Amino acid sequence: MSETADRVKKIVVEHLGVEAEKVTEDASFIDDLGADSLDIVELVMAFEEEFGVEIPDDAAEKIATVKDAIDYIDSKQ
Amino acid sequence: MRRVVVTGLGMVTPLGGDVETSWKNILASKSGAATITRFDATDYKCRIACEVKPAGHEYGFDANLEVDHKIQRQVDLFIVFGIAAASEALKDAGLTDMTEEERLRAGCSIGSGIGGLPGIESESLVLANKGPSRVSPHFVHGRLINLISGQVSIKYGLMGPNHAVVTACSTGAHSIGDAARMIAMDDADVMLAGGAESAICPIGIAGFAQARALSTNFNDTPEKASRPYDVNRDGFVMGEGGGVVVLEEYERAKKRGAKIYAEVVGYGLSGDAYHVTAPHPEGSGGYRSMEMALRKSGLSLADIDYVNAHGTSTPLGDELELGAVKRLFGEHIGAMSMSSTKSAIGHLLGGAGAVESIFCILALRDQIVPPTLNLDEPSESCAGVDLVPHVAKERKVRAVLNNSFGFGGTNASLIMKAI
Repeated sequence: MSETADRVKKIVVEHLGVEAEKVTEDASFIDDLGADSLDIVELVMAFEEEFGVEIPDDAAEKIATVKDAIDYIDSKQ
Repeated sequence: MRRVVVTGLGMVTPLGGDVETSWKNILASKSGAATITRFDATDYKCRIACEVKPAGHEYGFDANLEVDHKIQRQVDLFIVFGIAAASEALKDAGLTDMTEEERLRAGCSIGSGIGGLPGIESESLVLANKGPSRVSPHFVHGRLINLISGQVSIKYGLMGPNHAVVTACSTGAHSIGDAARMIAMDDADVMLAGGAESAICPIGIAGFAQARALSTNFNDTPEKASRPYDVNRDGFVMGEGGGVVVLEEYERAKKRGAKIYAEVVGYGLSGDAYHVTAPHPEGSGGYRSMEMALRKSGLSLADIDYVNAHGTSTPLGDELELGAVKRLFGEHIGAMSMSSTKSAIGHLLGGAGAVESIFCILALRDQIVPPTLNLDEPSESCAGVDLVPHVAKERKVRAVLNNSFGFGGTNASLIMKAI
């Protein structure tokens, strides 16, 4: 797992209070990890802080899985 | 009118994460006061408070037992206390598995005096320092006062009345009184009712200190600071926590064989119409609220054995309440006992009336009245009144009165009796 993936996973575990094993790259924030739309807003803010990137609303709306988040962040770094 | 009884109790206080631990420590004359740990209060006029102790402490509170990690991150502490107290009460009543039909007739009336002040303060700093796009999406619903009732209704599927009283330090008592009326008026069969507060944060302590409401003379001896009726009292000690009771329609409770702690027989409310922070100089608002509760209860003064006073340890407030109680009880004053449990747990503001009503109910159950700590030198006007100094006292307790008075001149009194 890449460094980005590790850091993303850590943020997801902390914010959603889910077990680390459940945070696979295929996991959907809403369907698999119990997040609602506001939780995703909060996660996106945490990613922005952690990685020093800006994730505009239209890009944030397309982030549905853990992999979507990792890929977006990697593409901006 | 339908009769209303109490069938479940729950609380989080500076002396315990549940009802029995808090009660045991209250009866053992322990104090929950200490130097503030929540933030560095070194430069504050008041540096002490009665904080809820962390998990691991001898009488600490473990939020993880009842409140999801995710919710804990999103909401202010008063909501966490409220959810935990409501969960304990619902379990105590044996009502965690109600049918959908029952849940349609079960509601919540759990309020707060101030709500999410710590979160408003900290998120305002985020706004100022990092800009609007860094403010939490959970900011609003994590601070709103009615979100204890909201969260509890979601957790347990309670679809009846969803209500939240906001009457400063009278909140807890009004919440119980209003909810009892909802059951009496057939709006619901079961209500979770009470209040919670957590305002021990820089702006909360600074604000109350600037209003000259807090004790500032006992920063080096925190456990001595809350001393209702004592000549050296100089203000209240901020507490935090919450209390929730399960109220239930009497016939329903009887039919299911519920443990019935007490019946809510009297509720009185009044306004001082005088000043935003100072009580009416004749204590007339408090008097009228007690008098209304007594009239509604159908009891006589001779039936009331214990009064849990508002008794915050402020110079003016204690004196005026005591005067009103003496005028109301007249010749019966010598037969009853009155104490202020704020001497042990501080002032829980919006949670006070609920937690103190539960102490009243436990006094009925155990036939023992909790003490007023630090009453070393009672003020002159205390003569002839048993204020239960220093140690708890076993005595006959048939009916109890709880008083709660708040900023804005809002007063509530509740009378409960054994069934």
